[in-house]
Amino acid sequence: MNFKRIWAISSKEFIQIKRDPRSLALAIVIPVLLLIIFGYGLSLDIDRVRTVVWNQDASSELTRNFLLNFKYSKYFKITRYTDNYRDIEHMIDSGEVMMALVIPKDFSHYLESGKKAPLQLLVDGSDSNTATIAAGYVRAVVAKYNVELLTQAFAAHGYTLPKPVDMRSRIWFNPGLNSRWYIIPGVIAMIIMIIAALLTSICISREWERGTMEQLISTPVKPPELVIGKFLPYFAIGFFDLFVAVVMARTVFGVPFQGSYLLLILLSVFFLTGALSQGILISASSKTQLLASQLATLTTFIPTMLLSGFIYPIFNMPQAVQAITYLIPARYYIVILRGLFLKGNGMDVMWDEALFLVLFAFLMFSIAIRKFKKKVF
Amino acid sequence: MPNDNIAVSVQSLVKKFGDFTAVNNVNFEVKQGEVFGFLGPNGAGKSTTIRMLCGIISPTSGTGTVGGYDIVREQHKIKEHIGYMSQKFSLYDDLTVEENIDFYSGIYKIPRAERKERTEEVIRLADIEGFRNRLTRTISGGWKQRLALGCALLHHPKIIFLDEPTSGVDPITRANFWKIIKELSDKGVTVFVTTHYMDEAENCNRMVMIYHGEMIAMGTPEQMKTEIMKNEILEVVMPSAENWLDKISGLASVKETALFGVNLHVVTHDAQKAGLDIKNLLEAEGIKNYSIAKIKASLEDVFVSLIETYDEEHKEK
Repeated sequence: MNFKRIWAISSKEFIQIKRDPRSLALAIVIPVLLLIIFGYGLSLDIDRVRTVVWNQDASSELTRNFLLNFKYSKYFKITRYTDNYRDIEHMIDSGEVMMALVIPKDFSHYLESGKKAPLQLLVDGSDSNTATIAAGYVRAVVAKYNVELLTQAFAAHGYTLPKPVDMRSRIWFNPGLNSRWYIIPGVIAMIIMIIAALLTSICISREWERGTMEQLISTPVKPPELVIGKFLPYFAIGFFDLFVAVVMARTVFGVPFQGSYLLLILLSVFFLTGALSQGILISASSKTQLLASQLATLTTFIPTMLLSGFIYPIFNMPQAVQAITYLIPARYYIVILRGLFLKGNGMDVMWDEALFLVLFAFLMFSIAIRKFKKKVF
Repeated sequence: MPNDNIAVSVQSLVKKFGDFTAVNNVNFEVKQGEVFGFLGPNGAGKSTTIRMLCGIISPTSGTGTVGGYDIVREQHKIKEHIGYMSQKFSLYDDLTVEENIDFYSGIYKIPRAERKERTEEVIRLADIEGFRNRLTRTISGGWKQRLALGCALLHHPKIIFLDEPTSGVDPITRANFWKIIKELSDKGVTVFVTTHYMDEAENCNRMVMIYHGEMIAMGTPEQMKTEIMKNEILEVVMPSAENWLDKISGLASVKETALFGVNLHVVTHDAQKAGLDIKNLLEAEGIKNYSIAKIKASLEDVFVSLIETYDEEHKEK
């Protein structure tokens, strides 16, 4: 292996990237765009559930007070009041509201006379996940109101109600339960995987497509020199993207970073090496840029999106699918990133994930070089 | 090295792609400093042979050496000592002329101290001074070919392989190319060049003619035109010669007739008899102002006649 040759290839590749506005855009704009889209667009938090209210007992102060519990909760947003079912049906059909609360006209009368007061909740179940959570919020509001009612009733008769269980929860690492904190580290992993694999897959198939490989393989350049030479510029781009993404995560999205930056860099080296090697492997398997970029998207974007635990928790998946996720390198990297960002984890708890990343990097790198050797030389 | 004078030598070289035999049992030797022509129509197996010699692909069977190195086992060594210019332009379009030269300087590990000098040498040789900072994409075909030749010579190879260096190139650049080839050969560099322009082949010291992957002739241009050429050529000069093509071809002593410019070239086994037959035919038809002369076969005549012989032999089989 010769450093001069590696350097010649790297410099050439840098010039080509500089001159190709598309790959430059891919390398710089895409990460920022993905962070913004996922950071702002993809929120798993359910709040401000749009609600319509039909209060048939509006003359009673009691029902108005009851509704204040919803009005001043951040989880609901009462967008409309109505006085008929036709409107409610239409609003749920059109998606204008997520749910409807109907207070019957005897509501306050029943409550004051000690009878069970019915309350109707209609929820749009077409988004079952959100519907379950929204209904849960309503249930919690009602339960709290019931406890207040009982306390008042007992107090009126001179009794004090025994204290119910008083749960005090403390959420670690993400006290505000801000789903953005959970998503952003995953987006970073996805960006690096996609950019790395996509750019390298194009950079070698381009040499085939344009015929420049013919000249290159007539020179004494060796496969590892070519692979490493191609590697370096994209490695730099990958780290640049990581830097941009981390800075954006910290400043734009306010995600805290508790861990060690040194560890972040070290473990990212392995993840990036694996991802770049995967791109080269794809390149060696396809001689056109189009096929290569499609293969790269198929083997990086989709698995990283769906099978890495980025959005969908792995433990919720069927056993067989869970087994596949072990082969997705982003799975380990995301755990590491979340650990570094939110928990401030060190190697003592992340060594197994780190080991998998190292394994992935070495495996991909050696397969890529071997495949390249077979195909070309 | 077994023999210092032999630059390239192959024995029973065969290359198959699936069922298709691209190169079939080829044998030849190229001496050091020779300009060796590899002639044949498109698809004859010229590029495949060159790629095997350059260590880009391995032969299916057969042996050979280039610069003393084995073409199967020492491909890497070969690559260090040869220059190769492929048929299709294969430098980087999105790099400037000078950046392309820089890149190959790095690939061939030319020491820093010598780089500048080598770069200037290549730019002078290819006469591309005016283009050095232009993107390669923006310069025309002929200049690209000059640059490609320059890059292939950057590391002072002892043997250089040029695969159709002059196809699609203007006549001035073509002449210039052959001038450079001659100069290289004078300096002791072996030049292995493929072409399908027979007029260019006259510039070679020796040549091989290849057709359907098989060698059909080998020798100096002179040998080709005399010893190897079995037929003789008569040139018939007459008004509206094209109208007489069929009639002259119909004569028993005439093998074939072809139009060369405004004249006829008549291929025959026996120039004397054919000349007489043509004379009789024309005079019987009342033609007066004509001339018949035996001419020396051009390489093109030789090649066409060899191909016809080959086709006839293979038709019979």
